[in-house]
Amino acid sequence: MAEEYISKRVSAITFGVLSPKNIKKMAAVKIVTPELYDKEGYPVDGGLMDVRLGVIDPGLRCKTCGGKLKECIGHFGYIELARPVIHIKYINILYKILKSICRECSRVLSTDVPKISGEDIEEDDEEYVAKPKKGVISSLKLAKVCPHCSAKQFDISLEKPSTLMEGDRRLSPIEIRSRFEKLPDDDLRLIGLDASYARPEWMIITILPIPPVTIRPSITLETGERSEDDLTHKLGDIVRINQRLFENINAGAPQIIIEDLWDLLQYHITTFFDNSLSQVPPARHRSGQPLKTLTERIKSKEGRIRHNLAGKRVNFAARTVISPDPMIKFNEVGVPLIIAMELTVPERVTEWNINRMKEYIKKGPTNYPGSNYVIRPDGKKKKITDETKEQLLEELQPGYKIERHLMDGDIAIFNRQPSLHRMSIMCHRVKILPGRSFRLNPGTCTPYNADFDGDEMNLHIPQNEEARAEAEILMLVQNHIITPKNGVNIMGCIDDSIVGNYLLTKKLEFSREDAISLLLYVGVDKPNRFKHFKEIVSGREIFGAILPDDFDFIGIARDETPVIVKNGILISGHIDKATIGEENGSLIRSLYANYNENIGIDILYKMFKLGIEVLLRKGFTTAISDTDLPDKTRNRIESLKLEAEEEVQKLTSDFRSGKLEATPGFSEKDTLEAEIVRVLNKVRNAIGNEVLGISDERNPTIIMSSSGAKGNILNLAQMAACVGQQALRGRRIQKGYNDRTLSMFTAGDLSPKAHGFIRNGFKSGLNPYEFFFGAMTGRDSLMDVALRTPKSGYLYRRLSNALQDLRVEYDNTVRDANKTIVQFIYGEDGVDVSKSEHGKINVAKIIKEVTSK
Amino acid sequence: MSKTLFLEYKGIIPDKILDDVREAINDKRIDNVKLKQILDDVKNAYERAKISPGEAIGTITAESFGEPGTQMTLDYFHFAGVAEMNVTLGLPRLIELFDARQSPTTPRMEIYIKNKFNKDPKKIRQIAAKIKETKLREISLEFSINLAKISVEIKLDTKKIKDVGTNFDIISKAIMQDFKGVQVLKEADTVVIKPKPTESSLREVFRIKEKVKDTIISGVKGITHVLPIKKENEFIIICAGTNLADVLKIEEVDDTRTVSNDIMEIQKVLGIESGRQAIINESLKVIEGQGLDIDIRHIMLLADVMTATGRIRGVSRGGISGEKESVLARASFETPIKHLINASLVGERDELNSVIENVILNQPVPLGTGLPQLVVKSEKKK
Repeated sequence: MAEEYISKRVSAITFGVLSPKNIKKMAAVKIVTPELYDKEGYPVDGGLMDVRLGVIDPGLRCKTCGGKLKECIGHFGYIELARPVIHIKYINILYKILKSICRECSRVLSTDVPKISGEDIEEDDEEYVAKPKKGVISSLKLAKVCPHCSAKQFDISLEKPSTLMEGDRRLSPIEIRSRFEKLPDDDLRLIGLDASYARPEWMIITILPIPPVTIRPSITLETGERSEDDLTHKLGDIVRINQRLFENINAGAPQIIIEDLWDLLQYHITTFFDNSLSQVPPARHRSGQPLKTLTERIKSKEGRIRHNLAGKRVNFAARTVISPDPMIKFNEVGVPLIIAMELTVPERVTEWNINRMKEYIKKGPTNYPGSNYVIRPDGKKKKITDETKEQLLEELQPGYKIERHLMDGDIAIFNRQPSLHRMSIMCHRVKILPGRSFRLNPGTCTPYNADFDGDEMNLHIPQNEEARAEAEILMLVQNHIITPKNGVNIMGCIDDSIVGNYLLTKKLEFSREDAISLLLYVGVDKPNRFKHFKEIVSGREIFGAILPDDFDFIGIARDETPVIVKNGILISGHIDKATIGEENGSLIRSLYANYNENIGIDILYKMFKLGIEVLLRKGFTTAISDTDLPDKTRNRIESLKLEAEEEVQKLTSDFRSGKLEATPGFSEKDTLEAEIVRVLNKVRNAIGNEVLGISDERNPTIIMSSSGAKGNILNLAQMAACVGQQALRGRRIQKGYNDRTLSMFTAGDLSPKAHGFIRNGFKSGLNPYEFFFGAMTGRDSLMDVALRTPKSGYLYRRLSNALQDLRVEYDNTVRDANKTIVQFIYGEDGVDVSKSEHGKINVAKIIKEVTSK
Repeated sequence: MSKTLFLEYKGIIPDKILDDVREAINDKRIDNVKLKQILDDVKNAYERAKISPGEAIGTITAESFGEPGTQMTLDYFHFAGVAEMNVTLGLPRLIELFDARQSPTTPRMEIYIKNKFNKDPKKIRQIAAKIKETKLREISLEFSINLAKISVEIKLDTKKIKDVGTNFDIISKAIMQDFKGVQVLKEADTVVIKPKPTESSLREVFRIKEKVKDTIISGVKGITHVLPIKKENEFIIICAGTNLADVLKIEEVDDTRTVSNDIMEIQKVLGIESGRQAIINESLKVIEGQGLDIDIRHIMLLADVMTATGRIRGVSRGGISGEKESVLARASFETPIKHLINASLVGERDELNSVIENVILNQPVPLGTGLPQLVVKSEKKK
């Protein structure tokens, strides 16, 4: 397995321009003919698909290095151009240089040369990389007459895309090149170029490198026809035109024909480099679709850099739909059997496990738990089939590796896109389950931001000990309960489990047998606790039995009643979202801080399961009748609405008669609008209070909202009594026709109903116009999401790109990639947010602990 | 006695946490033995909460902004009264801050007034009127051209002149400053402007008539609206448009508290550290306004990165990302071709010190578990 280790490391990459000499040196072939294949379909020697350029057909061998397909990475070739051509990507710098040098002696047109001080160039410093100063040339005053040879200079202009003019005369690339050749290295440094990496004459191409065939493979279509890569097409054009140019020059053709062909060659080479230039018509396929040439291959999201280099594809990964399973642990993932038989873990054969390994081979790839491949010590992979089985069993010995099927307890990395934070990719332990979907505990939905309406997630299996260790130590679910965003717990009980625990600790009682059965089901087996259970066991006692025996805790519930735990017994208070929920589950935090993450996640899982099981055994449902209101309340709500409408009526008439006094800074109209909104919001809150007033603690909808599991009282009021004012852009709805929102209202109607006040509740049903207003705000929020997602995505990309190199050094400073200090100590105190309590060290708790001793 | 105990832990426990302890025990009677116990425990808790070397703290910061960014609203305006005084908040504002744009879309200042004056609403209104930029058109009734005399005649609104607190002398001075060589005369409540008598003076008169409307008579340039409001128990002036440098020169203005929302301006006027604090304050305003909770350390780190070089750099291809040392890192962000071509011209060397180049080359990245390296003592070294 020696090949798995990195024996060499790239320490640096230097960029530069290829000189014709270098191109020839690295080339394996000189390309002379535009033909690709001969009549037998075999690559032509000296053609663009020459076998010395590398191999793309299985079976063939490279004539340069002898490697087979995938062994040989390909070799460059070259063509000699009949006439030099400008490299389009360097046209701007060429133009700049040409302007700055003498047309006769090629010296920089200035004697006012700033001395490049010793600070810039230190000859004896070996590490020094000559870095010419950018912009020196633009600060120079250029003479009209050469100060070195007194030759008169002419204006040079650039005619896009690639023609350089001196006065009215066109400069040919040959001429330009000859000027550059005379330019001394020292003068070049002034311009901002380093002669050892980039001489300007190299930017005018005389020898064009031909990329290896491996980067432009041809595809064989089903019809047996070959379809060549875009680059090959383009190169074919270049070679063809180049040949014609040669022939015409040799035949002594008229200058005009030669020049036309020269321009054509320039065009083809230009589009070979970049086919999306603004003044150049893009080269096209016969179908009219533009060719994808070198620049298009590199740039943009789908280009080489972002698509293939910064993002890589992996093996040993699986993807399928997710579904919930509250019975598996937070740090487990349910993996379908069929996936488990495809994904494998390499396990080394040793003297101690050889028998177990043999079992895996015997079972083979079709029986679980079996294995798919055997890896010999020399790295050869052997597939296990019925035929090879016997032989492999025989030769198996320590040192071999077996790719066995995924099994319970294996380490896996689980991920859901978009991976916006580090909790989007966490380590789980595998649990093999029947079915075809990944199963995860609903408590882990929040960090992944997952739901089960068809979401898919990815699973990766680390393939070596180092990766597994890192995953297990750094990425396990229990290590990510606290988010580094703000130091609160991102995981906790949700939905049913909150309601269950709420009911349990608030009012439920069980017989002793039922209580013990419940606890045993959850996985709590504490005989010393059960011993104290009386005939009737309160829910508090049951909940307390989950907690460790030495656990003390004081917290507050959502209704601000204290929750006190002493020695693992819930003395008073009830459990709700404020203690075991996400974000601010103070009880979970306390467990996590007092014990460790493993105990914390275990108790959290038990709480979760307990809550759900309580609901399962006692029953819990919600119904439309939950929103029924007694007649009295309904009448009161009706009169509240009428009162508000009257008040708005009064305000409106005040406004019309000019009696309404404008608040400072507002116009009268704005004042009226603000007042109306205030009145209508007031009535909605009043209705909410009315609904709350009659609510009784047996109503499941109320239980859900008061435990913090789902919904709030306003939602209930919207269902039962009144949906309320719909707002667009923070104001009442004003859009639509002139002076009115819908054609059914009279112009200038300022009443609540004409501007989006929904008087009805969802249960009684909405009027058509009310529904319409509701749809307006609904659409608005949809639009908002659709427009926001790409914006925030781009902001995130920019942020992560700008900050990705920052790290905390061993001396506690925060530095970037070139070791510039950004912060002397992280966050001014060096505290890791994900190890803090909401960004702080809990000083009060420590003091309390010490003083109470 | 307890003071010396605190001093002992100075440098071991950060001052911020020590202050927390001091504050928390303030009202309690705690003897030194217990205090020592407390400080020891705090020290231990701090050691446990300390960040590990190698932590990819930049990525964590980016994630901490990126993830809640998806929850922010797009067009969130805060109405401070008139429509012109709206302030952009929400995601667009955050983007604007991190871009380090030259000027915010809704420039705004909060001007605090020195204690002596900040209780009297009348005085405040006076100061506000003084600050507000007043153009000639706002205090005039009519602009006309007298063809016979070749002059511009401006009928002034005497009432408004009084409100603004200006007079003819100021007006004529302002006009003369804007137009060189003109003559300004007063005829009752009309101002007459006479250009230098030249050939083209008729055309000049037309030009003056239009241009003079925008002549700033009084106030601070750039402050288009002012609104005095009561904040807690004092009056402050909120204004649209910023001009920190000039506003701070006004005598009544409390220059210790007055702020602008233009981070670049603050940096220019008050220096880079103020710029850093302005970035933090403005980001916090957005984040809190959206009801989000992002730890202050992330905001500080970002502000520090943006200001580390002594000027404010944006989080964009022209800023932090474009100034990276590594060619490949720059190329992998935006405009890759440009970076590769420019690198080739000077023979740039990429030392592969940051993350993305090593990802590109399939090598371990210098972060976290990729950071530790073995140092081997080599025996044969020249």
